[in-house]
Amino acid sequence: MSSPPVPELIVGAIEAIVMLLVALGLAMMLLYFERKGSALIQDRIGANRANILGVGRRLGLPNFGLLNTFIADPVKMFTKEDFVPDGADKFVHALAPFLALFPVLATFVVIPFGDTIAVAGRSFNLQATNLNVAVLYMLSMIGVGVYGIALGGWSSNNRWSLLGAIRASAQMISYELALGLAIISVVMTYGTLDLQQMCHAQSGVWWGWLPRWGIFTQPLACIIFLTAGVAETKRIPFDLPEGESELVLGYSVEYSGGKQAAFMLTDLAEQALVSMLLTTFFLGGWQVPYLYHDGFHLPGGALIAIPALAVSILGVIAFLLKTVVLCLFLGMVRWTLPRFRYDQLMRLGWKGLLPLGLANVMVTALVIVMFGGTR
Amino acid sequence: MPPWLFVFLAALSIISALGVILQRNPVHSLLSLVLTLLTIAVLFMGLGAVVVGFLQAIVYAGAIMVLFLFVIWLLNLQVETRSVATGHLALKFFGAIAAATLVAELFAIVTRAPAGAGATAVPSGYGSIEQLASTLFSEYLVAFEVTSVLLLAAIVGAIAIARRPAGPVRPGARSA
Amino acid sequence: MVPTGYCMALSAAIFAIGVAGVLIRRNVIVMFMSIELMLNAVNLAFVALGRAAGSMDGQVIVFFVMTVAAAEAAVGLGIIIAIFRLHETINADEINMMRW
Repeated sequence: MSSPPVPELIVGAIEAIVMLLVALGLAMMLLYFERKGSALIQDRIGANRANILGVGRRLGLPNFGLLNTFIADPVKMFTKEDFVPDGADKFVHALAPFLALFPVLATFVVIPFGDTIAVAGRSFNLQATNLNVAVLYMLSMIGVGVYGIALGGWSSNNRWSLLGAIRASAQMISYELALGLAIISVVMTYGTLDLQQMCHAQSGVWWGWLPRWGIFTQPLACIIFLTAGVAETKRIPFDLPEGESELVLGYSVEYSGGKQAAFMLTDLAEQALVSMLLTTFFLGGWQVPYLYHDGFHLPGGALIAIPALAVSILGVIAFLLKTVVLCLFLGMVRWTLPRFRYDQLMRLGWKGLLPLGLANVMVTALVIVMFGGTR
Repeated sequence: MPPWLFVFLAALSIISALGVILQRNPVHSLLSLVLTLLTIAVLFMGLGAVVVGFLQAIVYAGAIMVLFLFVIWLLNLQVETRSVATGHLALKFFGAIAAATLVAELFAIVTRAPAGAGATAVPSGYGSIEQLASTLFSEYLVAFEVTSVLLLAAIVGAIAIARRPAGPVRPGARSA
Repeated sequence: MVPTGYCMALSAAIFAIGVAGVLIRRNVIVMFMSIELMLNAVNLAFVALGRAAGSMDGQVIVFFVMTVAAAEAAVGLGIIIAIFRLHETINADEINMMRW
């Protein structure tokens, strides 16, 4: 294994930092949606009180709760006293939130947010690392992500957080299978484990007007991935591990301050991650419909020429837009649906999604063999 | 793989392996074992077996160890309070001597392996998933099919063994 | 590039640590974890030698060893649970019903 030359490493590091900032920004946007978007859905006002010295109120501006979410909440989270419950395993209690956060943030580096662009004579791949086994990396990070939550709940020396941890880890390992099977179908369709090549393979149109996105090739895999992804992030309707009406905060109930912020960040960042993965696998990633290297080729036959750099920037914007739309969709699902009971959840995972995933893999294989090559 | 990376990973794996066998708290032993497994996974990737390294992280560290963790919770294992110097002392003493002898023998054998063998160039695409799949499904096809039957047998066997015994509870027996 | 001898020495060391764990520790779960250590040491040896020979056979064998280890872990842990239900202990020294 030879390491890439230094300029590429620097570019990769910068792209990784950019990706992390985007992930954190999406997490903050989701947090804002939790306060104000949920208020919109539930026909109430939500947070609108925080202001700096009453400046906004005196000027007569309506308060959208931005200061609440972006300044007041983080400051509150990080300045709270960080207590460790009596009888808890101190080392594991301190380790668990960051063990939960690290795999989620580490997966963002393999997601391509743009095409390979050529700027000033050099070509940059808009993806922090170009792993040719990126899908395996993603699956391994999801597998390791179980530990932080399981150990966080266990190390709190609290019966109910242990219950939340057991539920969470059982749920996560059950839905990892369905997730993996949906991904296998996608990998079979595109014939590669590399995410950037998958995005490349989703360019072009069928019959002149339908973009070749993954959602049209693998609709069932998309539904399975969406369900399993929401179950992995333990959001409603799969939030029995948190179970706000039963376990208060489930596995993270004995955490406060920065560690609780780490758990919340895991939750929100994982939502953003699932949205980005859905975008990459099924919505064409950074592909804009009808946009090629030299411009728009519209179905009517019209051609709008656009410079190459603008094409790349449009791709990045398209990726962000798709991710944000999916994040908002997940947020709406969260505030609309009731929660699954535990046996219903397990039944859905093992008796519902797993056979569906297997059937999808078999049908995909059959279609690939019959039509000789990937569609 | 650069030598400094190998030295670092080797030291980390030996320290965490020692942590597995020397720690009192079973959950800490499990965490040390997970660290060892992930270190060995990185060693695999360094030796060119990229797919097998990721599979080690997914299957071994991500699934089998979670199973261990569940069993530790189920049995509600506490931190061991007895010191090591109890029980069959003779077994432990001679066991330590036997282990030391084994270490010496293994070292003597393996470090006399043909030197310089690590510098051979490997064919391109070594360790890629295409090569792994083509070898697995051509030369080792029978083993692959037998392994799938083995997994099915293991699932059925584990459920049959670990299931609560059906039937009336006998008086005096521990209510499971 | 790291010589194969060093990888094999590391594999031997981890294997020996696993053996010591099985012999010294009396907690059945920790003994099981030491067995997993031994399996991983062997996996490392396979991958190193496979690379030295330039063939994929080492990695395929590791694939199978991992699968068998998973099956063995599942059945072994089931046995441990069953023993625990009967004896209420998992100290290997105390599970001695069959001894005279």
